[in-house]
Amino acid sequence: MLLLFQITEAAGAPVNDVSWFDLSLALGLILIAVGISRWQKLGLVKDFIIGAIRTIVQLVLVGYVLVYIFVVDRWYITLAILALMLIVAVKAAIGRQNKVNPQLKWITGSAMLIGSALTLVYVTTLVVTVQPWHNPRYLIPLFGMIVGSAMNGAALAIERLNSEIETRSGEIEAYLALGANYRQASAQPVRQALRASLIPTVNGLMVVGIVTLPGMMTGQILAGSSPLTAVRYQIVVVFMQAAAVAITTAIVTLWYRKTFFTTALQLKPHGSENT
Amino acid sequence: MEFLSEKSVFELRDVRQVKGTQIVLDGINLEIEKGKITALVGPSGAGKTSLLRLLNRLDDPANGQIFYHSRPIAEYPVQELRLQVGFVFQTPVMFPGIVADNLRTALELAGKPVADSDGLIAETLRLAEIDASLFERDGARLSVGQKQRVNIARALMSAPAVLLMDEPTSALDPETADKLMETVRHLGKEKNITVVMVTHRLSEAKRASDTTIVMESGKIIETGATDFVFGQTTNPRVREFLSSGK
Repeated sequence: MLLLFQITEAAGAPVNDVSWFDLSLALGLILIAVGISRWQKLGLVKDFIIGAIRTIVQLVLVGYVLVYIFVVDRWYITLAILALMLIVAVKAAIGRQNKVNPQLKWITGSAMLIGSALTLVYVTTLVVTVQPWHNPRYLIPLFGMIVGSAMNGAALAIERLNSEIETRSGEIEAYLALGANYRQASAQPVRQALRASLIPTVNGLMVVGIVTLPGMMTGQILAGSSPLTAVRYQIVVVFMQAAAVAITTAIVTLWYRKTFFTTALQLKPHGSENT
Repeated sequence: MEFLSEKSVFELRDVRQVKGTQIVLDGINLEIEKGKITALVGPSGAGKTSLLRLLNRLDDPANGQIFYHSRPIAEYPVQELRLQVGFVFQTPVMFPGIVADNLRTALELAGKPVADSDGLIAETLRLAEIDASLFERDGARLSVGQKQRVNIARALMSAPAVLLMDEPTSALDPETADKLMETVRHLGKEKNITVVMVTHRLSEAKRASDTTIVMESGKIIETGATDFVFGQTTNPRVREFLSSGK
Protein backbone atom coordinates (compact mmCIF):
# COMPACT_ATOMS: atom_id res chain seq x y z
CA MET A 1 0.00 0.00 0.00
CA LEU A 2 2.83 2.33 0.96
CA LEU A 3 4.58 1.47 -2.27
CA LEU A 4 1.44 2.26 -4.19
CA PHE A 5 1.20 5.56 -2.36
CA GLN A 6 4.80 6.41 -3.16
CA ILE A 7 4.23 5.54 -6.78
CA THR A 8 1.07 7.61 -7.12
CA GLU A 9 2.49 10.52 -5.17
CA ALA A 10 5.39 10.69 -7.58
CA ALA A 11 5.45 13.80 -9.71
CA GLY A 12 3.81 13.57 -13.08
CA ALA A 13 5.46 11.85 -15.97
CA PRO A 14 6.77 13.82 -18.94
CA VAL A 15 3.90 14.87 -21.17
CA ASN A 16 3.52 13.50 -24.70
CA ASP A 17 2.52 16.55 -26.69
CA VAL A 18 -0.13 16.09 -29.40
CA SER A 19 1.21 17.63 -32.61
CA TRP A 20 -0.96 18.86 -35.48
CA PHE A 21 0.07 15.74 -37.38
CA ASP A 22 -1.05 13.57 -34.45
CA LEU A 23 -4.35 15.44 -34.46
CA SER A 24 -4.88 14.71 -38.14
CA LEU A 25 -4.45 11.00 -37.32
CA ALA A 26 -7.15 11.36 -34.63
CA LEU A 27 -9.54 12.23 -37.45
CA GLY A 28 -9.40 8.54 -38.32
CA LEU A 29 -11.51 7.93 -35.20
CA ILE A 30 -14.25 10.16 -36.54
CA LEU A 31 -14.02 8.38 -39.90
CA ILE A 32 -14.87 5.12 -38.08
CA ALA A 33 -18.04 6.75 -36.70
CA VAL A 34 -18.84 8.14 -40.16
CA GLY A 35 -18.34 4.67 -41.67
CA ILE A 36 -20.74 3.06 -39.18
CA SER A 37 -23.30 5.79 -39.84
CA ARG A 38 -23.04 5.20 -43.58
CA TRP A 39 -23.17 1.41 -43.23
CA GLN A 40 -26.32 1.53 -41.08
CA LYS A 41 -27.84 4.41 -43.13
CA LEU A 42 -28.32 6.54 -40.02
CA GLY A 43 -28.33 9.81 -41.95
CA LEU A 44 -25.67 11.20 -39.61
CA VAL A 45 -22.67 11.38 -42.01
CA LYS A 46 -23.10 15.10 -42.68
CA ASP A 47 -23.69 15.83 -38.99
CA PHE A 48 -20.56 13.92 -37.98
CA ILE A 49 -18.40 15.80 -40.51
CA ILE A 50 -19.82 19.20 -39.55
CA GLY A 51 -19.55 18.26 -35.87
CA ALA A 52 -15.90 17.25 -36.27
CA ILE A 53 -15.06 20.48 -38.11
CA ARG A 54 -16.88 22.54 -35.48
CA THR A 55 -15.05 20.70 -32.69
CA ILE A 56 -11.67 21.50 -34.21
CA VAL A 57 -12.47 25.14 -35.06
CA GLN A 58 -14.24 25.91 -31.76
CA LEU A 59 -11.64 24.30 -29.52
CA VAL A 60 -8.64 25.74 -31.39
CA LEU A 61 -10.22 29.18 -31.22
CA VAL A 62 -10.95 28.73 -27.51
CA GLY A 63 -7.34 27.66 -27.04
CA TYR A 64 -6.06 30.86 -28.63
CA VAL A 65 -8.58 32.99 -26.73
CA LEU A 66 -7.54 31.39 -23.44
CA VAL A 67 -3.85 31.94 -24.24
CA TYR A 68 -4.64 35.63 -24.91
CA ILE A 69 -6.70 35.98 -21.72
CA PHE A 70 -4.04 34.27 -19.60
CA VAL A 71 -1.33 36.49 -21.00
CA VAL A 72 -3.29 39.75 -20.73
CA ASP A 73 -4.71 38.80 -17.30
CA ARG A 74 -7.17 41.68 -16.74
CA TRP A 75 -9.99 41.23 -14.17
CA TYR A 76 -12.61 42.83 -16.40
CA ILE A 77 -11.81 40.56 -19.34
CA THR A 78 -12.06 37.51 -17.09
CA LEU A 79 -15.40 38.67 -15.68
CA ALA A 80 -16.68 39.41 -19.19
CA ILE A 81 -15.81 35.86 -20.22
CA LEU A 82 -17.59 34.45 -17.16
CA ALA A 83 -20.67 36.56 -18.01
CA LEU A 84 -20.63 35.28 -21.58
CA MET A 85 -20.41 31.69 -20.35
CA LEU A 86 -23.35 32.29 -18.02
CA ILE A 87 -25.52 33.82 -20.76
CA VAL A 88 -24.86 30.94 -23.14
CA ALA A 89 -25.60 28.42 -20.36
CA VAL A 90 -28.87 30.15 -19.41
CA LYS A 91 -30.00 30.12 -23.05
CA ALA A 92 -29.17 26.43 -23.29
CA ALA A 93 -31.00 25.64 -20.02
CA ILE A 94 -34.28 27.16 -21.21
CA GLY A 95 -33.77 26.57 -24.92
CA ARG A 96 -35.05 23.00 -24.90
CA GLN A 97 -38.08 23.59 -22.68
CA ASN A 98 -41.44 23.00 -24.33
CA LYS A 99 -43.13 25.72 -22.33
CA VAL A 100 -41.28 28.99 -21.92
CA ASN A 101 -42.86 31.35 -19.45
CA PRO A 102 -41.78 34.97 -20.14
CA GLN A 103 -40.32 35.26 -16.65
CA LEU A 104 -38.42 31.99 -16.92
CA LYS A 105 -35.40 33.61 -18.59
CA TRP A 106 -34.89 35.99 -15.68
CA ILE A 107 -35.59 33.41 -13.02
CA THR A 108 -33.16 30.90 -14.54
CA GLY A 109 -30.53 33.57 -15.18
CA SER A 110 -30.71 34.90 -11.63
CA ALA A 111 -30.70 31.43 -10.08
CA MET A 112 -27.71 30.29 -12.15
CA LEU A 113 -25.87 33.53 -11.43
CA ILE A 114 -26.40 33.25 -7.68
CA GLY A 115 -25.72 29.49 -7.54
CA SER A 116 -22.60 29.68 -9.70
CA ALA A 117 -21.17 32.90 -8.26
CA LEU A 118 -21.58 31.81 -4.63
CA THR A 119 -19.92 28.48 -5.37
CA LEU A 120 -17.08 30.06 -7.33
CA VAL A 121 -16.36 32.62 -4.61
CA TYR A 122 -16.38 29.88 -1.94
CA VAL A 123 -14.01 27.66 -3.90
CA THR A 124 -11.59 30.36 -5.04
CA THR A 125 -11.35 32.14 -1.70
CA LEU A 126 -11.56 29.30 0.82
CA VAL A 127 -10.62 26.07 -0.91
CA VAL A 128 -8.19 26.72 -3.77
CA THR A 129 -7.20 30.25 -2.61
CA VAL A 130 -6.65 31.74 -6.04
CA GLN A 131 -4.09 34.55 -6.25
CA PRO A 132 -4.81 37.12 -7.58
CA TRP A 133 -8.59 36.70 -7.18
CA HIS A 134 -9.22 37.14 -10.91
CA ASN A 135 -6.59 34.63 -12.10
CA PRO A 136 -8.21 33.40 -15.34
CA ARG A 137 -6.27 30.13 -15.30
CA TYR A 138 -8.43 29.05 -12.33
CA LEU A 139 -11.58 31.14 -12.66
CA ILE A 140 -12.50 30.21 -16.23
CA PRO A 141 -12.22 26.42 -16.01
CA LEU A 142 -13.74 26.29 -12.52
CA PHE A 143 -16.63 28.53 -13.53
CA GLY A 144 -17.16 26.47 -16.68
CA MET A 145 -17.62 23.31 -14.65
CA ILE A 146 -19.82 25.05 -12.08
CA VAL A 147 -22.07 26.76 -14.60
CA GLY A 148 -22.34 23.60 -16.69
CA SER A 149 -23.68 21.68 -13.70
CA ALA A 150 -25.99 24.53 -12.73
CA MET A 151 -27.31 24.57 -16.29
CA ASN A 152 -28.12 20.86 -16.29
CA GLY A 153 -29.70 21.08 -12.84
CA ALA A 154 -31.83 24.09 -13.79
CA ALA A 155 -32.99 22.48 -17.05
CA LEU A 156 -34.02 19.30 -15.23
CA ALA A 157 -35.78 21.21 -12.45
CA ILE A 158 -37.75 23.41 -14.86
CA GLU A 159 -38.80 20.52 -17.04
CA ARG A 160 -39.86 18.42 -14.05
CA LEU A 161 -41.75 21.28 -12.39
CA ASN A 162 -43.66 21.94 -15.63
CA SER A 163 -44.68 18.31 -15.93
CA GLU A 164 -45.42 17.83 -12.21
CA ILE A 165 -47.70 20.87 -12.08
CA GLU A 166 -49.46 19.76 -15.24
CA THR A 167 -50.05 16.19 -14.07
CA ARG A 168 -50.86 17.18 -10.50
CA SER A 169 -53.18 20.07 -11.34
CA GLY A 170 -56.10 18.25 -9.69
CA GLU A 171 -54.16 17.80 -6.47
CA ILE A 172 -52.95 21.41 -6.50
CA GLU A 173 -56.50 22.70 -6.95
CA ALA A 174 -57.67 20.40 -4.14
CA TYR A 175 -55.16 22.12 -1.84
CA LEU A 176 -56.13 25.59 -3.10
CA ALA A 177 -59.83 24.83 -2.62
CA LEU A 178 -59.08 24.03 1.03
CA GLY A 179 -57.53 27.46 1.57
CA ALA A 180 -53.90 26.61 0.83
CA ASN A 181 -51.46 29.29 -0.32
CA TYR A 182 -49.35 28.67 -3.41
CA ARG A 183 -46.43 27.33 -1.38
CA GLN A 184 -48.58 24.73 0.34
CA ALA A 185 -50.40 23.83 -2.88
CA SER A 186 -47.18 23.28 -4.84
CA ALA A 187 -45.06 21.69 -2.10
CA GLN A 188 -45.23 18.20 -3.59
CA PRO A 189 -44.40 19.20 -7.22
CA VAL A 190 -41.52 21.34 -5.96
CA ARG A 191 -40.16 18.46 -3.90
CA GLN A 192 -40.36 16.13 -6.90
CA ALA A 193 -38.67 18.66 -9.20
CA LEU A 194 -35.86 19.24 -6.71
CA ARG A 195 -35.34 15.53 -6.20
CA ALA A 196 -35.29 14.87 -9.94
CA SER A 197 -32.72 17.59 -10.53
CA LEU A 198 -30.47 16.53 -7.63
CA ILE A 199 -30.54 12.76 -8.14
CA PRO A 200 -27.95 12.80 -11.00
CA THR A 201 -25.63 14.76 -8.69
CA VAL A 202 -26.13 12.30 -5.83
CA ASN A 203 -25.60 9.37 -8.20
CA GLY A 204 -22.44 11.07 -9.46
CA LEU A 205 -21.10 11.35 -5.90
CA MET A 206 -21.77 7.64 -5.36
CA VAL A 207 -20.00 6.25 -8.42
CA VAL A 208 -17.28 8.80 -9.15
CA GLY A 209 -13.94 7.06 -9.64
CA ILE A 210 -15.61 3.64 -9.89
CA VAL A 211 -18.01 3.83 -12.81
CA THR A 212 -16.83 7.14 -14.20
CA LEU A 213 -13.35 8.63 -14.30
CA PRO A 214 -14.01 12.35 -14.44
CA GLY A 215 -12.76 14.22 -17.49
CA MET A 216 -10.97 16.89 -15.54
CA MET A 217 -9.01 14.39 -13.48
CA THR A 218 -8.15 12.36 -16.56
CA GLY A 219 -7.04 15.53 -18.32
CA GLN A 220 -4.81 16.55 -15.43
CA ILE A 221 -3.19 13.12 -15.30
CA LEU A 222 -2.61 13.14 -19.05
CA ALA A 223 -1.15 16.63 -18.71
CA GLY A 224 1.41 15.31 -16.26
CA SER A 225 -0.06 16.00 -12.80
CA SER A 226 0.30 13.54 -9.98
CA PRO A 227 -2.84 11.40 -9.75
CA LEU A 228 -3.29 12.42 -6.11
CA THR A 229 -3.22 16.11 -6.98
CA ALA A 230 -5.69 15.39 -9.73
CA VAL A 231 -7.88 13.45 -7.29
CA ARG A 232 -7.91 16.27 -4.76
CA TYR A 233 -8.91 18.75 -7.42
CA GLN A 234 -11.57 16.37 -8.64
CA ILE A 235 -13.04 16.05 -5.16
CA VAL A 236 -13.29 19.84 -4.97
CA VAL A 237 -14.88 19.91 -8.41
CA VAL A 238 -17.49 17.27 -7.55
CA PHE A 239 -18.42 19.04 -4.31
CA MET A 240 -18.65 22.47 -5.93
CA GLN A 241 -20.82 21.05 -8.70
CA ALA A 242 -23.16 19.58 -6.08
CA ALA A 243 -23.40 22.94 -4.31
CA ALA A 244 -24.02 24.83 -7.55
CA VAL A 245 -26.77 22.43 -8.59
CA ALA A 246 -28.43 22.51 -5.16
CA ILE A 247 -28.43 26.30 -4.88
CA THR A 248 -29.51 26.89 -8.49
CA THR A 249 -32.31 24.32 -8.53
CA ALA A 250 -33.65 25.46 -5.15
CA ILE A 251 -33.87 29.07 -6.37
CA VAL A 252 -35.32 28.10 -9.76
CA THR A 253 -38.06 25.83 -8.42
CA LEU A 254 -39.08 28.00 -5.46
CA TRP A 255 -39.25 31.11 -7.62
CA TYR A 256 -40.60 29.58 -10.82
CA ARG A 257 -43.51 27.85 -9.05
CA LYS A 258 -45.00 31.22 -8.16
CA THR A 259 -45.52 31.96 -11.85
CA PHE A 260 -48.04 29.10 -12.09
CA PHE A 261 -50.48 30.95 -9.82
CA THR A 262 -52.49 34.13 -10.18
CA THR A 263 -52.61 36.67 -7.35
CA ALA A 264 -56.04 35.20 -6.49
CA LEU A 265 -54.35 31.82 -5.96
CA GLN A 266 -55.72 30.25 -9.11
CA LEU A 267 -53.74 27.76 -11.10
CA LYS A 268 -52.97 28.99 -14.59
CA PRO A 269 -53.83 28.01 -17.22
CA HIS A 270 -57.27 26.83 -16.21
CA GLY A 271 -57.01 23.15 -15.34
CA SER A 272 -60.49 21.72 -15.77
CA GLU A 273 -61.39 20.03 -19.01
CA ASN A 274 -65.04 19.99 -18.09
CA THR A 275 -67.36 22.84 -18.85
CA MET B 1 -76.65 47.48 -3.36
CA GLU B 2 -80.02 45.95 -3.89
CA PHE B 3 -80.44 42.26 -3.33
CA LEU B 4 -83.39 40.32 -4.60
CA SER B 5 -83.45 38.19 -1.52
CA GLU B 6 -81.70 38.30 1.84
CA LYS B 7 -81.76 34.53 1.71
CA SER B 8 -79.20 34.48 -1.09
CA VAL B 9 -75.71 33.19 -0.43
CA PHE B 10 -74.53 33.88 -3.97
CA GLU B 11 -75.83 36.22 -6.59
CA LEU B 12 -74.47 36.26 -10.14
CA ARG B 13 -75.17 39.13 -12.52
CA ASP B 14 -74.52 38.92 -16.27
CA VAL B 15 -71.65 36.53 -15.75
CA ARG B 16 -69.73 35.50 -18.83
CA GLN B 17 -66.83 33.08 -18.96
CA VAL B 18 -64.48 32.32 -21.81
CA LYS B 19 -62.02 29.46 -22.27
CA GLY B 20 -59.64 30.13 -25.11
CA THR B 21 -61.93 31.41 -27.83
CA GLN B 22 -64.96 29.50 -26.57
CA ILE B 23 -67.74 31.18 -24.58
CA VAL B 24 -68.60 28.69 -21.83
CA LEU B 25 -70.93 30.89 -19.77
CA ASP B 26 -73.06 33.56 -21.34
CA GLY B 27 -75.18 36.08 -19.44
CA ILE B 28 -75.68 34.07 -16.24
CA ASN B 29 -78.06 35.68 -13.73
CA LEU B 30 -78.63 33.55 -10.70
CA GLU B 31 -79.25 33.42 -6.97
CA ILE B 32 -78.25 30.52 -4.73
CA GLU B 33 -80.47 30.21 -1.71
CA LYS B 34 -79.05 29.77 1.76
CA GLY B 35 -79.43 26.40 3.46
CA LYS B 36 -80.82 24.74 0.35
CA ILE B 37 -79.45 22.02 -1.91
CA THR B 38 -79.20 23.31 -5.45
CA ALA B 39 -78.59 20.95 -8.36
CA LEU B 40 -76.97 22.15 -11.58
CA VAL B 41 -78.02 19.90 -14.44
CA GLY B 42 -77.64 20.02 -18.18
CA PRO B 43 -76.00 18.24 -21.08
CA SER B 44 -72.24 17.81 -21.29
CA GLY B 45 -70.57 21.12 -22.21
CA ALA B 46 -73.42 23.20 -20.79
CA GLY B 47 -71.06 25.15 -18.49
CA LYS B 48 -72.01 23.55 -15.15
CA THR B 49 -68.46 22.96 -13.88
CA SER B 50 -67.30 26.34 -15.18
CA LEU B 51 -70.08 27.99 -13.17
CA LEU B 52 -69.30 26.02 -10.01
CA ARG B 53 -65.58 26.90 -10.20
CA LEU B 54 -66.43 30.61 -10.10
CA LEU B 55 -68.10 30.26 -6.70
CA ASN B 56 -64.92 29.66 -4.73
CA ARG B 57 -62.73 31.51 -7.19
CA LEU B 58 -60.89 28.57 -8.69
CA ASP B 59 -61.56 30.75 -11.76
CA ASP B 60 -62.69 34.33 -12.16
CA PRO B 61 -65.31 35.31 -14.76
CA ALA B 62 -64.37 37.20 -17.92
CA ASN B 63 -67.27 39.63 -17.30
CA GLY B 64 -70.05 40.17 -14.83
CA GLN B 65 -70.35 40.29 -11.07
CA ILE B 66 -70.52 37.63 -8.41
CA PHE B 67 -71.66 38.47 -4.87
CA TYR B 68 -71.16 36.34 -1.80
CA HIS B 69 -73.33 37.44 1.12
CA SER B 70 -73.98 40.79 -0.61
CA ARG B 71 -70.27 41.57 -1.11
CA PRO B 72 -68.41 41.22 -4.39
CA ILE B 73 -66.66 37.87 -4.14
CA ALA B 74 -63.27 39.38 -5.08
CA GLU B 75 -63.39 41.60 -1.98
CA TYR B 76 -62.99 38.59 0.30
CA PRO B 77 -59.44 37.40 0.90
CA VAL B 78 -59.44 34.36 -1.35
CA GLN B 79 -58.15 31.89 1.26
CA GLU B 80 -60.80 33.04 3.73
CA LEU B 81 -63.51 32.64 1.08
CA ARG B 82 -62.36 29.09 0.29
CA LEU B 83 -62.56 28.12 3.95
CA GLN B 84 -66.19 29.23 3.92
CA VAL B 85 -66.96 27.73 0.51
CA GLY B 86 -65.74 24.14 0.28
CA PHE B 87 -65.24 22.34 -3.02
CA VAL B 88 -65.48 18.63 -3.76
CA PHE B 89 -64.04 17.63 -7.12
CA GLN B 90 -65.37 15.15 -9.62
CA THR B 91 -62.31 12.91 -9.23
CA PRO B 92 -61.41 12.52 -5.56
CA VAL B 93 -57.86 13.55 -4.70
CA MET B 94 -56.14 11.91 -1.75
CA PHE B 95 -53.29 13.64 0.04
CA PRO B 96 -50.35 11.54 1.28
CA GLY B 97 -50.94 9.48 4.41
CA ILE B 98 -53.86 7.80 6.12
CA VAL B 99 -57.48 9.00 6.13
CA ALA B 100 -57.04 10.90 9.41
CA ASP B 101 -53.92 12.62 7.98
CA ASN B 102 -56.03 13.92 5.09
CA LEU B 103 -58.38 15.58 7.55
CA ARG B 104 -55.51 16.92 9.66
CA THR B 105 -54.00 18.52 6.54
CA ALA B 106 -57.31 20.29 5.89
CA LEU B 107 -57.33 21.49 9.49
CA GLU B 108 -53.78 22.84 9.16
CA LEU B 109 -54.67 24.63 5.92
CA ALA B 110 -57.64 26.18 7.72
CA GLY B 111 -55.19 27.51 10.33
CA LYS B 112 -56.85 25.54 13.11
CA PRO B 113 -54.97 23.72 15.88
CA VAL B 114 -54.20 20.13 14.95
CA ALA B 115 -53.39 19.01 18.50
CA ASP B 116 -56.38 17.40 20.24
CA SER B 117 -58.24 17.28 16.92
CA ASP B 118 -59.01 13.54 17.13
CA GLY B 119 -62.53 14.18 18.42
CA LEU B 120 -63.31 16.64 15.63
CA ILE B 121 -61.85 14.29 13.02
CA ALA B 122 -63.92 11.36 14.33
CA GLU B 123 -67.06 13.50 14.36
CA THR B 124 -66.47 14.73 10.79
CA LEU B 125 -65.81 11.22 9.54
CA ARG B 126 -69.07 10.15 11.19
CA LEU B 127 -70.90 12.99 9.44
CA ALA B 128 -69.49 11.84 6.11
CA GLU B 129 -70.56 8.31 7.11
CA ILE B 130 -67.09 6.83 6.87
CA ASP B 131 -66.61 3.60 8.75
CA ALA B 132 -64.37 3.97 11.81
CA SER B 133 -62.26 1.04 10.63
CA LEU B 134 -60.99 3.20 7.78
CA PHE B 135 -59.57 6.04 9.90
CA GLU B 136 -56.08 4.58 9.94
CA ARG B 137 -56.12 3.22 6.39
CA ASP B 138 -53.77 4.56 3.71
CA GLY B 139 -55.85 6.96 1.62
CA ALA B 140 -54.53 5.52 -1.64
CA ARG B 141 -56.01 2.11 -0.78
CA LEU B 142 -59.64 3.20 -0.51
CA SER B 143 -62.37 2.59 -3.07
CA VAL B 144 -63.45 5.58 -5.20
CA GLY B 145 -66.64 5.91 -3.16
CA GLN B 146 -64.69 5.90 0.11
CA LYS B 147 -62.22 8.43 -1.31
CA GLN B 148 -65.07 10.72 -2.28
CA ARG B 149 -66.48 10.54 1.24
CA VAL B 150 -63.03 11.39 2.65
CA ASN B 151 -62.90 14.35 0.23
CA ILE B 152 -66.27 15.53 1.54
CA ALA B 153 -65.12 15.09 5.15
CA ARG B 154 -61.93 17.00 4.33
CA ALA B 155 -63.92 19.88 2.88
CA LEU B 156 -66.01 19.95 6.07
CA MET B 157 -62.98 20.42 8.36
CA SER B 158 -63.03 24.20 7.96
CA ALA B 159 -66.74 24.21 8.90
CA PRO B 160 -67.81 25.78 5.60
CA ALA B 161 -71.15 27.51 5.12
CA VAL B 162 -71.32 26.30 1.51
CA LEU B 163 -70.27 23.03 -0.10
CA LEU B 164 -69.75 22.97 -3.86
CA MET B 165 -69.73 19.51 -5.40
CA ASP B 166 -68.72 18.81 -8.98
CA GLU B 167 -70.34 15.56 -10.09
CA PRO B 168 -69.36 13.83 -6.84
CA THR B 169 -71.02 10.57 -7.85
CA SER B 170 -69.89 10.33 -11.47
CA ALA B 171 -67.37 7.56 -10.78
CA LEU B 172 -69.66 5.60 -8.47
CA ASP B 173 -72.10 2.77 -9.10
CA PRO B 174 -75.78 3.75 -8.69
CA GLU B 175 -76.15 2.16 -5.25
CA THR B 176 -73.04 3.87 -3.80
CA ALA B 177 -74.08 7.12 -5.48
CA ASP B 178 -77.52 6.95 -3.85
CA LYS B 179 -75.99 6.41 -0.43
CA LEU B 180 -73.59 9.32 -0.93
CA MET B 181 -76.44 11.59 -1.94
CA GLU B 182 -78.33 10.56 1.16
CA THR B 183 -75.27 11.57 3.19
CA VAL B 184 -75.09 14.94 1.43
CA ARG B 185 -78.75 15.53 2.12
CA HIS B 186 -78.31 14.72 5.83
CA LEU B 187 -75.28 16.97 5.97
CA GLY B 188 -77.12 19.88 4.44
CA LYS B 189 -79.91 19.56 6.96
CA GLU B 190 -77.86 18.67 10.06
CA LYS B 191 -75.20 21.36 9.61
CA ASN B 192 -77.38 23.82 7.72
CA ILE B 193 -74.86 23.86 4.88
CA THR B 194 -75.80 25.31 1.51
CA VAL B 195 -74.97 22.71 -1.12
CA VAL B 196 -74.51 23.41 -4.82
CA MET B 197 -73.88 20.27 -6.82
CA VAL B 198 -73.32 19.55 -10.45
CA THR B 199 -74.81 16.26 -11.46
CA HIS B 200 -75.43 14.36 -14.65
CA ARG B 201 -77.87 12.01 -12.96
CA LEU B 202 -81.32 13.59 -13.16
CA SER B 203 -82.74 11.11 -10.66
CA GLU B 204 -80.16 12.37 -8.17
CA ALA B 205 -81.13 16.00 -8.68
CA LYS B 206 -84.79 15.12 -8.41
CA ARG B 207 -84.40 13.21 -5.17
CA ALA B 208 -81.72 15.18 -3.33
CA SER B 209 -82.13 18.84 -4.30
CA ASP B 210 -84.52 21.61 -3.30
CA THR B 211 -83.76 23.77 -6.31
CA THR B 212 -82.75 22.75 -9.80
CA ILE B 213 -81.00 24.86 -12.40
CA VAL B 214 -81.00 23.56 -15.96
CA MET B 215 -78.19 24.78 -18.21
CA GLU B 216 -77.58 24.48 -21.92
CA SER B 217 -74.79 25.94 -24.07
CA GLY B 218 -73.54 28.26 -21.33
CA LYS B 219 -76.98 29.62 -20.46
CA ILE B 220 -79.56 28.94 -17.80
CA ILE B 221 -82.73 27.74 -19.48
CA GLU B 222 -84.73 26.95 -16.36
CA THR B 223 -84.48 27.49 -12.63
CA GLY B 224 -86.91 26.84 -9.81
CA ALA B 225 -88.02 24.45 -7.10
CA THR B 226 -87.00 20.92 -8.06
CA ASP B 227 -90.60 19.64 -7.93
CA PHE B 228 -91.65 22.39 -10.33
CA VAL B 229 -88.77 21.93 -12.76
CA PHE B 230 -89.26 18.17 -12.96
CA GLY B 231 -93.04 18.15 -12.80
CA GLN B 232 -94.55 21.29 -14.23
CA THR B 233 -92.12 23.14 -16.45
CA THR B 234 -93.57 24.18 -19.78
CA ASN B 235 -90.19 25.01 -21.33
CA PRO B 236 -89.99 22.59 -24.29
CA ARG B 237 -86.15 22.44 -24.26
CA VAL B 238 -86.11 21.59 -20.56
CA ARG B 239 -88.82 18.97 -21.05
CA GLU B 240 -86.85 17.49 -23.92
CA PHE B 241 -83.67 17.36 -21.82
CA LEU B 242 -85.42 15.91 -18.78
CA SER B 243 -87.19 13.30 -20.85
CA SER B 244 -83.88 12.28 -22.44
CA GLY B 245 -82.96 10.89 -19.02
CA LYS B 246 -79.32 11.98 -19.30
